[in-house]
Amino acid sequence: MRKLLFQSLFRSPLAEQPPSPEQVAVDELAAAFQRTARQRLGRSLSIREIDAGSCNGCELEIHALSNAYYDVERFGIRFVASPRHADVLMVTGPVTKNMREALERTYHATPNPKWVVAVGDCARDGGCFAGSYAVVGGVSQVVPVDLHIPGCPPSPAKILQGLLSLLDRAAANGSSS
Amino acid sequence: MPSLIDLVLTGRPAEHHAPWRRAIVDVEAWTLVAGELASGRWSLLGLWGEQAMVHMAVREEEAAEIAVLSLECAERRFPSIGRHHPPALRPERTITDLFGLAAEGSPDVRPWLDHGEWGVRHPLGDSVASSCNSAAYTFLSAEGPGLHQIAVGPVHAGIIEPGHFRFSASGETVVRLEQRLGYVHKGIDGLMAGADIDRAVRLAGRVSGDSTVAYALAFSQAVEAALGLKVPSRAVWLRALLAELERLANHLGDIGAICNDASFNLMQAHCNVLREGILRAADIAFGHRLMRDIIVPGGIVRDLDASGRAAIRATLGDIRRRFPALIELYDNTASLQDRTVATGIVTAALARQYAAGGYVGRASGRTFDARRSPGYAPYDVLRFEVPVLDDGDVNARVWIRIREVEQSLSLTGQILDRLPEGPLHVPVPSEAAPREGMGLVEGFRGDIMVWLRLSDGRIDRGYLRDPSWFQWPLLEAAIENNIVADFPLCNKSFNCSYSGHDV
Repeated sequence: MRKLLFQSLFRSPLAEQPPSPEQVAVDELAAAFQRTARQRLGRSLSIREIDAGSCNGCELEIHALSNAYYDVERFGIRFVASPRHADVLMVTGPVTKNMREALERTYHATPNPKWVVAVGDCARDGGCFAGSYAVVGGVSQVVPVDLHIPGCPPSPAKILQGLLSLLDRAAANGSSS
Repeated sequence: MPSLIDLVLTGRPAEHHAPWRRAIVDVEAWTLVAGELASGRWSLLGLWGEQAMVHMAVREEEAAEIAVLSLECAERRFPSIGRHHPPALRPERTITDLFGLAAEGSPDVRPWLDHGEWGVRHPLGDSVASSCNSAAYTFLSAEGPGLHQIAVGPVHAGIIEPGHFRFSASGETVVRLEQRLGYVHKGIDGLMAGADIDRAVRLAGRVSGDSTVAYALAFSQAVEAALGLKVPSRAVWLRALLAELERLANHLGDIGAICNDASFNLMQAHCNVLREGILRAADIAFGHRLMRDIIVPGGIVRDLDASGRAAIRATLGDIRRRFPALIELYDNTASLQDRTVATGIVTAALARQYAAGGYVGRASGRTFDARRSPGYAPYDVLRFEVPVLDDGDVNARVWIRIREVEQSLSLTGQILDRLPEGPLHVPVPSEAAPREGMGLVEGFRGDIMVWLRLSDGRIDRGYLRDPSWFQWPLLEAAIENNIVADFPLCNKSFNCSYSGHDV
């Protein structure tokens, strides 16, 4: 283990590897995010993720935000365990009828000011699951949504981009719900 | 002791069912199957309903024969298999929830996927409107001095899917765990009915996001079996490439995540770098990080070009270089082994009884791998081993994944070396008469089964069975007598799908 840790000390960080087009986008986003997040929220943004019926595809990409390439923690973005610690609820999936109540309760457990980000095509209107007896539909049918990030699933770069635009908007409005 | 084939021959054969046989049997034969399942000579591959019929896919272990047995339920009931063979209990509760067919004699008649929120009962059978919020769910009891309950979920602490776990604990020790699932039930079986093939394969690819390739493949195999389609060989090989990349990405993610749940973040950081490499290569090669909607009935929609091939080769090389150090790290970190060794043991007998697939089965001595038996192209001409261990603990499930990563690295290399040229797709004809087909595919988690009936180019009834159906119950057994704090570790070592199970 010591060897591996030692190597890591001398290897350049993955997040700053020779830029691919996507990497450029990530770095630009990251810099902008840092400015806006600090302006608006001090040094941190806490996100509580809720799967309200997703196929788990969006969760995989949200997870990827924490890997060494995207490393969102360096900007103060953290995924937290409790809605009571959260600024942002990140909701995925068509909301299933069996998850509606849990989503509502999680929303109400989150202190104001708060934002809701709906992630994925299903989260807009139910996507390919719309019309099922077991599905309510999009996230906005259950809780107010501030931002929707489309994609099936959206890539981590897209999700980061989405969070940025949310912060921009929140900063411009000067206040939130 | 009848053979499966003998039993099938006593029934009325279903026409146009491929690649295995289906027979409509009588109550006597149906009950006889229950006995064979209970004896362990046969294993249950799937159990599902229709408007007025129940079907059961079984495999005779020794002869490696597969068949589907069907029973007409004129009086809306059928003799319970679960009464004799517990793995059938949750599927039977689901049949009752969705179709209103009752499993006679079942020891567990509680609803399963139906939480009383749909506004309708038996949505796929003779549906009746119902007001929401039925009575509270009754959990099984655990009695004794000093026992307390811990309720967890459906919303969990991490970025994971929703489900409810009810622990009965004595101090730190888990006396009983009971799962309650169904929170992400989307009614996919219902949406499938009447869908055309294009829509249906997209739905299949969204049953469980981490297995989108395996589901699309299983679904496509079922359609192709039903219609007697021969898929061009380049497509067959590319499908296997996608499947192995998916397996690699998921196993690497799992190995890291399991170690992370033992508070060893270093491993996760390194594994996720390797995983990301595969997803990026997949994006370059196939235009989608999870390779979604690439496999379709009849073939594949996207070819692999030189740049894609180079990207995959580069990431595979990278993993080959860097993975051995991670294996060593896992093997030589005593504090980590202390958490994983002898934790969450699944006995070989339970793994066999539940016909648990994937790393859950193979870590507990069950050799089954759908790529080997029944087997499908191109694995018949590829060299690979199916690693099997006997310990059945978290450590064994990690090691199976490690060995499978090595196997998949070899398989992807072989596929890239030998990828045949040729067309990617054959048109899917539309048959007016009903045709039935089945597919069985080894996803990263285990064997995924798809059964469907097609008519006029539309899905009449589609059943998609996730490997998690026969793994979730084993988690309840594995956690017994372990401490509550080891639950996340055990759970991650199973990594069952909620969405795949809840469909």
